Amino acid sequence: MPSRWLRISAWAVVLFLHIPLALIVLYAFSAEDKSYVFPPPALTTQWFAVAWEREDVWDAIKLSFQVAAWSTAVALVLGTLAAAALARATFFGRDVISLLLILPIALPGIITGIALRSGFHTLEIPFSFWTIVIGHATFCVVVVFNNAVARLRRLNPNLIEASMDLGADGFQTVRYIILPQLGSALLAGALLAFALSFDEVIVTTFTAGQQTTLPIWMLQELIRPRQRPVTNVVAVVIIALTFVPILVAYLLTRADEPGHR
Amino acid sequence: MHVDAPQGLSRRLSDLLYTRRGLLLLALLGPVLLWFGVIYLGSLFALLANAFFRLDDFTGQVVREVGFSNFVALLEPANLDSARRTIVMAIAVTLACTVLAFPLAYYMARHARGAQKAALYIAVMLPLWSSYLVRLYAWKLLLAKEGAISWLAQQLHAQWLLDALLATPAIGGPSLSFSTMGTFIVFVYMWLPFMVLPIMAAVERIPASTLEASADLGAHTAQTFRSVILPLAMPGVAAGSIFTFSLTLGDYIIPQVIGDSTLYIGQIVYRQQGVAGNIPFAAAFSLVPIVVIGVYLWLAKRKGAFDAL
Repeated sequence: MPSRWLRISAWAVVLFLHIPLALIVLYAFSAEDKSYVFPPPALTTQWFAVAWEREDVWDAIKLSFQVAAWSTAVALVLGTLAAAALARATFFGRDVISLLLILPIALPGIITGIALRSGFHTLEIPFSFWTIVIGHATFCVVVVFNNAVARLRRLNPNLIEASMDLGADGFQTVRYIILPQLGSALLAGALLAFALSFDEVIVTTFTAGQQTTLPIWMLQELIRPRQRPVTNVVAVVIIALTFVPILVAYLLTRADEPGHR
Repeated sequence: MHVDAPQGLSRRLSDLLYTRRGLLLLALLGPVLLWFGVIYLGSLFALLANAFFRLDDFTGQVVREVGFSNFVALLEPANLDSARRTIVMAIAVTLACTVLAFPLAYYMARHARGAQKAALYIAVMLPLWSSYLVRLYAWKLLLAKEGAISWLAQQLHAQWLLDALLATPAIGGPSLSFSTMGTFIVFVYMWLPFMVLPIMAAVERIPASTLEASADLGAHTAQTFRSVILPLAMPGVAAGSIFTFSLTLGDYIIPQVIGDSTLYIGQIVYRQQGVAGNIPFAAAFSLVPIVVIGVYLWLAKRKGAFDAL
């Protein structure tokens, strides 16, 4: 049996992780619009209607969706190809390539950001929607790659041999045997990549021109609060939008987790 | 096998790729290598090259001549000071994350079972993946002068304690959201999940028989913890600390939103490239965290941190 002290401190840390998120939800209903006063003097749902009417919020959400969709698409292709190459093969430079894939997310975002910025600057490429997508796709590849590699390593190699023995060529085997097995892992990877891109702010500030993605909108409000009630509502919307893909991705891949039993 | 069966183009290509493994590998890796080699490594190279260029003060243009003026500027006291402050913060955050993460990770690895374990896992993973800015915003609400923490302090009649902490030089300030203490709390909160998961993985790998043996040989709980669990969990701590350390070193948004006006490495890099348009100096300064992280990774590798990732 765990000691009482251990149990209490474990649950205290869980509370520490979640109380701030719960507070965000509470504040979205606060009737107070001038300060962050706690506890909220009264509760109201009017700010949801106010936020709904805001064109700038909708534009930011739309832009973030487009960026995330394109980045996820690129990451899906590159991540799957890399996983197919690296899952079972052993060759010189294999570790170097997996390090290269991890690097954009392992190094602080500011380094990836400023590196891309100086790269674009040197080549005199103007900042646009596509420079944001290039930045996001670069750090999203590893998420798809990790999910796909974990699943490919669990894939029974006999299935592939059986398919070949029965006369299927390589492409048919990929289409009818490997991809169906890989499907849910790829979906999970895509969902996580989407969530990662949808929420990214640091690399975005370095690779965006005048575009305002949802996180950039949020950052502007954090530094100079102008629309506290609207910001509170947007924060709740972001929590809801990112929780869904994360939970679905978890359910799709929990059998691939090393700690799963 | 029907050797003389009519062979379509797709079959011939498929056979070619099957027999020539190198070709298959090249076809699979080509796009990835192209993307990462050209865009990512190219950018990192541009960053490195820029660090040796300089900005012409009169024209505001980047002069593409190799020189060391940026690195001389790095040694100015103000810059050294912010580098030192950032590194101290990163170490403090890493230590605090370890202390907070350990009980939860241990509980998850050794005591939680079934649905409870899954729930705890999700409880750690959701904040890890959910919005960085929203969580930062939550702390702006919590730490504000009229916010929840001040309210709690009043309810508990502990306002004097809060005031005493805020009056402490170096960590205090006019309110929690404008103090180094506030910056520290938010950093710890943000990176804590990155520490919990690797420690949990490391503790899970300790065989129960090892702990039983320690108890059989007469060790107290505390002794077992110190001489058996802690050393065996160290690779997990080292793996988690790579995240907490490197994320703190590079962050420029948290200290900008929560904290006093002192600058961290990330903020200087951000300002130099943005407001000042001095990409060469920003590039040179961003090499500081890269070098520090490189040294840290080298030390962590020697401790076996990568086996626990």
